[in-house]
Amino acid sequence: MPKKHRRWIDPAAFALLLIALAFAAASCGGDDDGDSAGTTTAEEAAASTAIPGLGATLDEIKEKARAEGRVSLVQWPGYAQLTKEFAQQTGCTVNTKDGTTSDDMISLIGSGEYDGVSASGNASVRLMERGDVVPVDTDLIPNYADVQEGIKNKDYNSKDGQPYGVPHGRGPNLLAWRTDAVKPAPDSWGVIWDTNTPYKGKISIYDDSIFIADAALYLKATKPDLGIENPYQLNEEQFNASIDLLKGLAPNVGEWWADYAKQIQSYANSDVVIGTTWPYQVNTLTGDKKPVKAIKPKEGTTGWSDTWMIYSKAKHPNCMYLWMNHMISPQAQAAVAEGFGEAPVNLKACALTKNKNHCDQFHASDESWWSDVYYWTTPTADCGGEGGTCKTQEDWVNAWTEIRG
Amino acid sequence: MTTAAEYVEPPPRQSLGRRLSTFFYRHPWATVGALVVAPLGWLVAVYLGSLFFLLLASVWDTNPFTSEVVHDYTLDNFRRIFEEDVYREVAWRTISMAAFVTVADAVLAFPIAYYLARVASSRTRNLLVVAVLMPLWVSYLIKAYAWRTILSDSGVVNWALEPFGVTFDGYSSVGLWLVFTYLWLPFMILPVYAGLERIPDSVFEASADLGGRSLRTFLRVTLPLAFPAVVAGSIFTFSLTLGDYIAPDLITSEQFIGTVIYDQRGTNLPVAAAFTLVPIAVMIVYLLVARRLKAFEAL
Repeated sequence: MPKKHRRWIDPAAFALLLIALAFAAASCGGDDDGDSAGTTTAEEAAASTAIPGLGATLDEIKEKARAEGRVSLVQWPGYAQLTKEFAQQTGCTVNTKDGTTSDDMISLIGSGEYDGVSASGNASVRLMERGDVVPVDTDLIPNYADVQEGIKNKDYNSKDGQPYGVPHGRGPNLLAWRTDAVKPAPDSWGVIWDTNTPYKGKISIYDDSIFIADAALYLKATKPDLGIENPYQLNEEQFNASIDLLKGLAPNVGEWWADYAKQIQSYANSDVVIGTTWPYQVNTLTGDKKPVKAIKPKEGTTGWSDTWMIYSKAKHPNCMYLWMNHMISPQAQAAVAEGFGEAPVNLKACALTKNKNHCDQFHASDESWWSDVYYWTTPTADCGGEGGTCKTQEDWVNAWTEIRG
Repeated sequence: MTTAAEYVEPPPRQSLGRRLSTFFYRHPWATVGALVVAPLGWLVAVYLGSLFFLLLASVWDTNPFTSEVVHDYTLDNFRRIFEEDVYREVAWRTISMAAFVTVADAVLAFPIAYYLARVASSRTRNLLVVAVLMPLWVSYLIKAYAWRTILSDSGVVNWALEPFGVTFDGYSSVGLWLVFTYLWLPFMILPVYAGLERIPDSVFEASADLGGRSLRTFLRVTLPLAFPAVVAGSIFTFSLTLGDYIAPDLITSEQFIGTVIYDQRGTNLPVAAAFTLVPIAVMIVYLLVARRLKAFEAL
């Protein structure tokens, strides 16, 4: 058989490749134009609550919602409650997608497939800045009047005095442990930060750059020389000290979690025995009769105060408005407060919880209890009074990749 | 006469389909062109196009506050990937994992494939081929989560080891190696099986005639002839391990190329895009070597 000499690249194939690149370049140019146009509209929209297709009055919204028939949400697991009742009342069926981290939620909203999101402070500030969410007209959300005044118009749920969405609820990140493995019961975060911890290889840590704030918070209590005030505003020295602390923790971590189901499984199987968690996992585990206990340690903790926000190009804006109103109704607030394990923002919910002491146990109206809970927010260079010397979100993310090794 | 005149008159107009059919009959190149335009368009626009955007994204910048992609050109992402130790360690860890998985799969797959191709009766062979294929019909996620349970401290592995006083840390590199070896094994068995089946019986007879015993025949005849097929299978096991991010996330606490890209996609897309070039480069080299070893003829 005569041997045919084969060239590496057929000239015809090479020509095709060139055409492909030309095509791609052309479409790229088009994409750029579209992008800049998109930014302008988003900036314009940032000042107004107008979303195309949104009804002007509550009655009009209810009517249009029936035609829309659905609403798609990005949520923290377990947030959307009483969805069947909501669908019966409004005609809007609810589709949810769980986010694992705030960064994850920002990517999901950016896909344009969803109408709204339950954003924590470290997502909401960025979403407002990006123009992905728009302010809401609270006159069209009757239950807004019942929301605690202390949670309205904070920098994580409003901009320039305009509310962006409605508060959902707030909660702390907790130190949780298996009571059959961890003795004596800890009262400090020190038990995980100690490099000689007896629970080496059995520690469960939230896998997101925002956890750097938990290290900073511990240093705030234990190394006052560093002068840390706000764990989300860290200068070079404070930031490096926090990173060093985390690098000491990393080899002792048994599991980094972002998927709550994965963490529940690990606690249930004793693959981890102590670590940081949300009240939701604790509720699920104790509900399954697992020997798990959780506290807010004496150093205080990080936490979240979440906000339902509407996507600037929502396809079902009327259903989304009704959804925001639904989520701050006393019934939904009671369901979510007990389901996830957090404090409601509508205190009328306190009369409806199955556990009549829920609001007291979760300190719904006890502001002093919340004074050492630092709500997640996006780190920015411009920190109070120091002007541009703090580490940015990007620095935090890069450091996190390095810590994880 | 009138009837004859009507008869010779041509039909008033041909239908569109008819005219199209005539056109294609007269221009054979157009037939071929129309047939390939859809798949070719798909390949060019979707596949090469998205690869091109990936390359393009790797030289973009991000807004340090909002993490939005900013269309300013920078080589900073590449500088970071080459200069920061963590990326080099992650790349090296992933490539070694892929190599170990490939070797383990080759060693496990060869005897199975040999039995299938040269020993088993056709009835047993059919049953075994189905058995090999069966795991591929189960969702990848289910298999990964099942292994998470198997490797848990209170899972079946540690339960079996308990009487011997040994504990096995399943959520480790070794655990992940076991999971990957299991997941990709069928992708190795099938090409090796096909390669072994293609060897004509006459070469074994020739070997026997020339006095070759079984071990010698295996080393000098079977193995060299089947080797391209093993390389072909290794392309699957190696590339699938290189890009996976779900199993590493579920099984270990260590970062791999896939998990780093996954984590950075929302917070720093350009760095994620730049990092994807590492596995792309590794696979190009791998495929060039595989081509040298005649793996593509064995596929």
